[in-house]
Amino acid sequence: MSELAHAPRAERPRWLLELIAAWGFAQRNFFLTKRYFLWEVVWLAYATVSAMSIGFIGVDVDRGGVDGARLTTFLLIGSILWGYLSMIFDLLSETVSWERWEGTIEYTFMSPASRATQLLGTSIYAIAYGVARTALIFGIVSLFFDMDLSNANYFSALVILVLCSISLVGLGMVAAVMPLLSPEKGQQVSSIFTAVLLLVSGVYYSVSVLPGWMQAIAKFSPITYALEGMRAALLDGATLNETWPSIWPLLIMGAILVPGGLLIFRAGERYAKRTGLLKRSG
Amino acid sequence: MPLTTIGPRALEIRGVEKSFKKRRQEPVRALRGIDLTIDKGEVVGILGPNGSGKSTLVRVISTLITPDAGTVDVFGIDALHHPKTVQKMMNRVSVEASFFKKLSARENLLYGSKLYGLTSAEASPRITEILEGIGFRMKRAGEPMENLSRGMQQKIALARALLTSPMLLLLDEPTTGLDPRSKKDVQAVIWDIRRRHDASILLCTHDMGEAEELCDRIGIMVDGELIAIDTADGLKRKYQSGPELPTLEDVFMAATGTTLEEASMEEEEKELVTA
Repeated sequence: MSELAHAPRAERPRWLLELIAAWGFAQRNFFLTKRYFLWEVVWLAYATVSAMSIGFIGVDVDRGGVDGARLTTFLLIGSILWGYLSMIFDLLSETVSWERWEGTIEYTFMSPASRATQLLGTSIYAIAYGVARTALIFGIVSLFFDMDLSNANYFSALVILVLCSISLVGLGMVAAVMPLLSPEKGQQVSSIFTAVLLLVSGVYYSVSVLPGWMQAIAKFSPITYALEGMRAALLDGATLNETWPSIWPLLIMGAILVPGGLLIFRAGERYAKRTGLLKRSG
Repeated sequence: MPLTTIGPRALEIRGVEKSFKKRRQEPVRALRGIDLTIDKGEVVGILGPNGSGKSTLVRVISTLITPDAGTVDVFGIDALHHPKTVQKMMNRVSVEASFFKKLSARENLLYGSKLYGLTSAEASPRITEILEGIGFRMKRAGEPMENLSRGMQQKIALARALLTSPMLLLLDEPTTGLDPRSKKDVQAVIWDIRRRHDASILLCTHDMGEAEELCDRIGIMVDGELIAIDTADGLKRKYQSGPELPTLEDVFMAATGTTLEEASMEEEEKELVTA
């Protein structure tokens, strides 16, 4: 072991060190997914069955003379996209509580890797994992339902997917600060936030059916615009120009939420260091 | 003994204060005007009961807690204003090995090394070398950490710290709660680090024998205050009252008016009252 004392230290530019660390966070989450593989199968099955149970509502309505294929597609887009976006939000918002639960929070926070890098690495994995899982669910569900995708504009759908992923990453960063500030109650607050997003964003119905005050809240949810844009692209073949009413709010939200989330997280970290909250037990 | 005093010290702490406020309670002063230095290559032990402020001190040095007052310099760099720079130079092993329990030793070490800017290609051969060096059977390197004994987990925590070639190593009660054999194994690894590596070490412990065996100087900490610091012999001479040199236990008793065990119990009772 003696030569280790003289092992060359990683004298690399800061950006490269941060890039290696970001890959470290993404790789760690991949390792965790492998280790919890059976649970991953369970969650995949649950999400698939959940999407299918929603899809059958559309099939049922079809018997009543309504355009069932369109309604089924409308519902499945909502269910599958919600599964993807809520998973990104959950993975980001659980960044701190997961580390606290495992007991690694102090080790991670005293390392030279920045919090932006940690959140970036977590986001990269969340998006890659989310896309793979969603594609799988979409593939399975499409075997069971006649989805109306004859007019779909997949390029517009892809742009919407990228933009809403970025917005949700930002929103997840904001939520991730909660368990940092309150080890006991932070994650519960994030869960309530998820529930509100599900209620107001028009996942299974049009936002227009909501009471006025809920519609007002829906305007601040990136998922509202993601669903409107995605449905317009996949059901009606809307071009980028036509989905602009959904794209510009997502662009603005992404531009505000990502740097805003980082700033809020850094402020939360400073507060936690001042008050001694960066402990494994809380 | 310290290898060298040329250039800045490995650690220089001046007047560090830290209080914690609990809701509707008086602030608790966890650190009271701590002054502490560690020279390059020196091993300094801090002896103190539970709740005396040892872990808070380690957290302050490792940039996890911001002190209310005072300065912390690591190799001449202000840790409070340049935390990222000093974080690269140090690593820490705490009382509980902090690992992802479902991940294997190798996966945890790969993750840890990337946080410090080492690629998998650079880290992998060093992981094998270090794990073999601490007597870890490589066929277990793929097993989840939760399957390994606590003693083995602590040895892997030391290996993880070594992997990043730290210039300052913070050991916060690394042998507390281990069975006697595991304790000896972990102490042997620490002894090996001290013998073979040029890292400076701060070792917080309850164990007088461990402090005397491994440390160049020993500090005694009670109620957030560092009340004495010297070599083991220096402390014994300072508190000598008869013809024979006292033991370190006697020194602790003379300096604090209580035994380490009694002091730990008192601190735990205080914590229960204020909780």
